[in-house]
Amino acid sequence: MIDFIGDLVNFYLIPGLVLGSIYALGAIGLTMTFGILRFANFAHGETMTLGAYFAWTLVQLTGWHPIAVLPIAMGLTVLVVLGIDRGFYKPFRASPTIMLVIASFGMMLMVRSVVQFIWGVQMKAMVPGIQMPVVLFDWLRISPKHMMIIASVLVLMFAVHYLLTYTKIGKAMRAMSDSPELARLTGINTEAVIRATWIIGAALAAAAGVLLAVDTHVETMMGFKLLLPVFAATILGGIGRPYGAVAGGLVIGMAEELSSYPWIGTEPLLNPGYKAGVAFAIMVAMLIWRPSGLFRGKVY
Amino acid sequence: MDQTYGIFLYVISLLTMGGIYAILALGLNIQWGFTGLFNAGIAGFYAIGAYVSAILTTAPTARHLGGYEMPYPVAFAAAMIVAGILAWGVGRICLRLRSDYLAIATIGIAEIFRLILKNETWATNGPRGVSMVPKPFATLPEPWNHLAFLAMVLVTVAAIYLALETARKSPWGRVMTAIRENEPAARAAGKNVARFRMEGFVFGCMLMALAGAYTSHYLKFIGPNATDPLTATFLVWVMLVVGGSANNKGAILGAFLMWTVWSATEILTSRLPDDLSIRTAYVRIFLIGLVLQIVLQKFPRGILPEQRLASSAKAAENTGRPADRPST
Amino acid sequence: MLRVENLNMRFGGLQAVRDCSFEIEAGTITGLIGPNGAGKTTTFNMIVGELKPTSGRIVFEGEDIAGLPAYKLFHKGIVRTFQIPHEFGQMTVLENLMVVPPDQPGERLFVNWIARAKVAARERQVRQRAEEALEFLSISHLRDELAGNLSGGQKKLLELGRTMMTDARLVLLDEPGAGVNPTLLLKIRDMISELHRERGYTFCLIEHDMDLISSLCDPVIVLAEGCVLTQGKMEDVRRDPEVLDAYLGGGEDE
Repeated sequence: MIDFIGDLVNFYLIPGLVLGSIYALGAIGLTMTFGILRFANFAHGETMTLGAYFAWTLVQLTGWHPIAVLPIAMGLTVLVVLGIDRGFYKPFRASPTIMLVIASFGMMLMVRSVVQFIWGVQMKAMVPGIQMPVVLFDWLRISPKHMMIIASVLVLMFAVHYLLTYTKIGKAMRAMSDSPELARLTGINTEAVIRATWIIGAALAAAAGVLLAVDTHVETMMGFKLLLPVFAATILGGIGRPYGAVAGGLVIGMAEELSSYPWIGTEPLLNPGYKAGVAFAIMVAMLIWRPSGLFRGKVY
Repeated sequence: MDQTYGIFLYVISLLTMGGIYAILALGLNIQWGFTGLFNAGIAGFYAIGAYVSAILTTAPTARHLGGYEMPYPVAFAAAMIVAGILAWGVGRICLRLRSDYLAIATIGIAEIFRLILKNETWATNGPRGVSMVPKPFATLPEPWNHLAFLAMVLVTVAAIYLALETARKSPWGRVMTAIRENEPAARAAGKNVARFRMEGFVFGCMLMALAGAYTSHYLKFIGPNATDPLTATFLVWVMLVVGGSANNKGAILGAFLMWTVWSATEILTSRLPDDLSIRTAYVRIFLIGLVLQIVLQKFPRGILPEQRLASSAKAAENTGRPADRPST
Repeated sequence: MLRVENLNMRFGGLQAVRDCSFEIEAGTITGLIGPNGAGKTTTFNMIVGELKPTSGRIVFEGEDIAGLPAYKLFHKGIVRTFQIPHEFGQMTVLENLMVVPPDQPGERLFVNWIARAKVAARERQVRQRAEEALEFLSISHLRDELAGNLSGGQKKLLELGRTMMTDARLVLLDEPGAGVNPTLLLKIRDMISELHRERGYTFCLIEHDMDLISSLCDPVIVLAEGCVLTQGKMEDVRRDPEVLDAYLGGGEDE
């Protein structure tokens, strides 16, 4: 029995939690750009990739731990994303938002090709070597990197929570997400809010990329692979709902990992090759039955 | 002489692939140009067409599902029907929501389909793909086999072009324009907006599947990588936007033009030393992305801007007034 | 013809329409009036299928149509206009009308490729009908103009013209007189009464212009605070102290 629970927790629940919290970080940024700028940002995955590569480079240069260079990687990513907004999204502020979707779709490939040009397509290890997991209560095995990832995610989430709840710009962001027309009438500086949205979204996306790289490795397609589960988490949580995005991310991450647990017999319930399909299936189900998501987000 | 013949063959292959891309661009034009739907998963429908047609026509083999040895027209029709049914399913879920959801769902469908292609080895031979796909006109002598295939592609493009021009000028096209101009008014005029969107979406996806089918027979091979979102989805978007969306001539022009640019730059970069050649391939992608962004921002109407409904042109003829009116 | 029964509409905490019941009799031009915030527009939007009522029934010729989408109502013979003209800006005036008629075989994509003669025949009928409507509205000279280039008044006429492109049974007009100069207003009034007389349309209109209401409408239904206050002939309603109260209490209209 202990073996059974141990297996489930060690090999499925904890990886699910780790993956889920990474998705959650990505989804917060995506849900805020969707809620405030009103478009599905296809380049969000590449933002994560970019953050991971910045961190990898910094680790190579300084020899520090990835978590130590994380803030710098986040900062660099924010600068790039602000530049992208100025050059490629800002001209479409007054256009139908579908133009932004196309622009971000193009940006997805542009950013990826730049990454591939600069860093090449070979996989890179963020943290060399294998770490031994820490064993607790005889059966609970958790690796230090997983603990570190979860701790970092918690710190970042509390920071976002504080920002949205207690700061002026955070309140303005929530107001604009709820009703942009009203927000404009009440004199909220829309450009400032948009900038703040990009800053927070890019910083969290970069962090998600770095943490995923710590868990696995750095590669140029990592962001694109994250895109679908992160979209799924966003829709599951309800668009424009940062807390929903967190819940959505955790659910998607857990569901992906648990889908390959041998619930029936000894074979995995779902071929692990289809893990990415789980997110998609959840998303489609939500779109059919409850497009506003679990947390009553917006439906456009 | 040999070199001239080589160039001749190159031009034929350029036109053949350009024509196949023209079919894709025309399919996307129905969806984006006429209906305003964002399909980010062209690759998915393209792949479905390619695999269905390939599997239905190949000789028996142990490597993948096959051995049906169907005639080409049956295979092409089956490819379009399967893609159409799938598109209908996606449309049922997403068309009542805003276009962003359709974009997310279509990119998802394309990825899921790639997963299936890679994992269901019994049916698709997994990552190694379906090879020995028969090629129409292969029994003809060189270069007539190539020319005949090219002719088939070009005739298809012409037929689709004529069909779409008819559709654009028809009451169907008129309703499509009305929906784009003012959706509530179109509803108030009794138009079932969802139905019209669905028709546009499904028909566009069917054309994409046909293009996929042609590709698999042309290349005699189809693997999961041939349906790379980059070449299959993104390039088609660039073609349509550059050529001029909502203009069928523009879609065709954009397809041939951008395919020539894409193919010619590939030749240039492949002559560079290996290491550099791999890296400059990414520069190409970057530049083509940049072209898309610049066209979107500075020349959103493309090379051939949209022509408004032909019935207005006809009406203008009747009264002797110019048909050209500003359309912004 | 159309009966509204115990209609309720709540937006969050706001009850915009409360237990509203009234009837639009066949063959009438019924006016729907009331001070701002009385629930006229909400009621109108529920009848035309833009809003789904929280509860209650809307019965049109014996059938509950509450919550049916707008395009289905059109095919039942309920046609509407918009207060702010909703023209198809990049289409010509003629096309704006030609798009409306139902039963156009050419609206099926495939029919256009396989039965061109059938499509062309119907197109001729539709064009003919559109030309007649333009004649009636006396804007035939604008037939090939893009609708987006029309003046506000001309767009208003085009709104009315669209209702003539189908065999409507009930035409709902959302402030046909709003934003129209006095000369055109008289013209529109005459057109409505002619359509009523000649074609037998039943009309229901929301309107703020009391002159238009009193010269056209019989009966008039007065809404206040989301329910029916009274109804009857305009001259009677006008003297009703409750009505005066409602208007004064709710602020003068516009």
